[in-house]
Amino acid sequence: MSTVVTDTHSAHDAHDHHDHKPTGIKRWLFTTNHKDIGTMYLWFSFIMFLVGGSMALMIRAELFQPGMQIVDPHFFNQMTTMHGVIMVFGAVMPAFVGLANWMIPLMIGAPDMALPRMNNWSFWILPFAFMIMLSSFFMPGGAPAFGWTFYAPLSTTYSTDSTALFVFSMHIMGMSSIMGAINVIVTIMNMRAPGMTYMKMPLFVWTWFITAFLLIAVMPVLAGVVTMVLTDKYFGTHFFDAAGGGDPVLFQHLFWFFGHPEVYIMILPSFGIVSAIIPAFARKPLFGYASMVYATASIAGLSFLVWAHHMFTTGMPTFASLFFMYMTMLIAVPTGVKVFNWVTTMWRGAMTFETPMLFAIAFVVLFTIGGLSGIMLAITPVDYQYHDTYFVVAHFHYVLVSGAVFSIMAAAYYWLPKWSGVMYDDFLSKLHFWCSLISVNILFFPMHFVGLAGMPRRIPDYALQFADINAIVSVGGFLFGFSQLIFLAVVIKAAMKKGEPAPAKPWEGAEGLEWTVPSPAPYHTFDVPPQVK
Amino acid sequence: MSEQQPKRQDNSRVITRLLASVMIMFAFGFALVPLYEKFCEVTGFNGRTSNTAATADESMQIDQSRVITVEFHTRVSRGVSWDFTSEVRSVRLHPGEVKIVNFYVENKTNRDVVAQALPSVAPGEASLYLNKTECFCFENQPLAAGERAVMPMQFYLDPDLPDHVHRLTLSYMMYDLTDQVRPRTASANRSE
Repeated sequence: MSTVVTDTHSAHDAHDHHDHKPTGIKRWLFTTNHKDIGTMYLWFSFIMFLVGGSMALMIRAELFQPGMQIVDPHFFNQMTTMHGVIMVFGAVMPAFVGLANWMIPLMIGAPDMALPRMNNWSFWILPFAFMIMLSSFFMPGGAPAFGWTFYAPLSTTYSTDSTALFVFSMHIMGMSSIMGAINVIVTIMNMRAPGMTYMKMPLFVWTWFITAFLLIAVMPVLAGVVTMVLTDKYFGTHFFDAAGGGDPVLFQHLFWFFGHPEVYIMILPSFGIVSAIIPAFARKPLFGYASMVYATASIAGLSFLVWAHHMFTTGMPTFASLFFMYMTMLIAVPTGVKVFNWVTTMWRGAMTFETPMLFAIAFVVLFTIGGLSGIMLAITPVDYQYHDTYFVVAHFHYVLVSGAVFSIMAAAYYWLPKWSGVMYDDFLSKLHFWCSLISVNILFFPMHFVGLAGMPRRIPDYALQFADINAIVSVGGFLFGFSQLIFLAVVIKAAMKKGEPAPAKPWEGAEGLEWTVPSPAPYHTFDVPPQVK
Repeated sequence: MSEQQPKRQDNSRVITRLLASVMIMFAFGFALVPLYEKFCEVTGFNGRTSNTAATADESMQIDQSRVITVEFHTRVSRGVSWDFTSEVRSVRLHPGEVKIVNFYVENKTNRDVVAQALPSVAPGEASLYLNKTECFCFENQPLAAGERAVMPMQFYLDPDLPDHVHRLTLSYMMYDLTDQVRPRTASANRSE
């Protein structure tokens, strides 16, 4: 056995050492290089961001005025469903996996991810998953229209056959995420450079490490739930059908047992990114490194005990409502620790406001707004008023768009010089930031007010008194959507190597092993592990 | 490079454990189904009442100091054209007092069906204290085409019913189980 291992290993070494890479399409299809795979993940995520964004614009176009103008209600529901699914599973999650692929090996001084072939596979099944998902638009009855949460019986009794495509594509996405998570965990556990102890790892690595465990824990539950939906619909089981002894509320419990950790999967890596960028541009070490690690772990742990706060209106016993309410509010404590640490890091720092820093500061402010509306939603009695209104929509878009998406953009600007070897276009990037910042608030802030006034979510038409605010929101939506094309221009310009050549460490205050390699990062880095002191 | 070899084995150990966790969590998702059922049975979480007849204890004290309103709510599931109603919309009774309420069902179609009523109590915690000594919901109801049936339901409220419950709703949803039950009911011996 050991000889076999040695043999494959020496063959692998030989492969590592010839520097040239396959050219053309084969380079991308067969690559096992973490940088190539990271790049593909990031491009894929950006394409999906634009696809999901176009659907959001269709939603906002319909909601610009009361009454039905552009689409019919069924198509509107398909838009809300696919917008959610694509943004969650196609845009935000793959973007984080792409960043993990690019940065984790560079940050811990590893030559590559631990399982490079699986890495290739976990990326390449994703486009197929989304092709299956998007092809459902061409089926009779169209794409799934039951919301990204696919509540039974909407997804069982009342859905069209596109459910089958939805379920299979969810299975494939789940497999991709699980493989990605396994890869991250094995890489972090076994591939750290000598001297890189756990408590010396950059926070982005730490937050991804914890996120990967969350993925391992909940993606299989999601796989189970979609399987139950499939068998309920096609194979006569009654998991969620009361007529056969099942319970539709059970669906919600199972779904949110996955769903709540899932929302932390989409925000914990953001915490890591912001914890890298703020110290770099405040020129001070991160305040409270250890407390950041513990706070991240506590948030991850608590995320398993709060799922039913999505279900207060299902009629839970008072005791259960109180339990989930207090548990949810408890999450504000570790999150508050994080926000405090970021602010304290900036306190009396020698701050400069390069684009990554602007996005990171916007993240801290806007994510906190989203977090506070989350606390409001956690209060059981008032949740009866807010449940399923635009207030909820405002809340989760503040944490996911001006939170997760802003952090991804901050990361892209921060590491783009390392990836491309050139500095991004400073003017365009600032334009992108200010357009995004202003429009994202025009887009999502007024939603709080229509929500509080009682406008329900997921409706194609609404009462006349909501007309003005919806018009403003739609204008914000289009401004935000088109602002992202500036980002596309910046990235394309950098990818075409147009711009000032970037030094190995373009940011004066940046710390970490990734800045010890030249820009652009060579195809193979850290063949000889660096020594971390 | 010699230190790489133990790392490879390390990898496979970590991968094995992670894959095992994935399998365990997948199984856990399915295990939650019976666990949830058991949990609801114990806590009344989902408002289901017991499927077996309770026997009213002779020594049970009727609590004259409290009057509880029990409302009845009847529905038929989607695509079913039967009439399903209760004799009264609500009754007021003391905890411990036994009441009989009749429910009526009429099969307005021209085919024989098998119906099953499923109960649900709101608030859920009260479901543990609503005891039925006799109920049509304990078994399914074959209904010939055009048949009209009277279905009695005898129940009492446990005197231990929590003090803050003054009103509860007993809801019945009637489902069409013809396709699922037909082969079995042919041989089943239904005695009332």
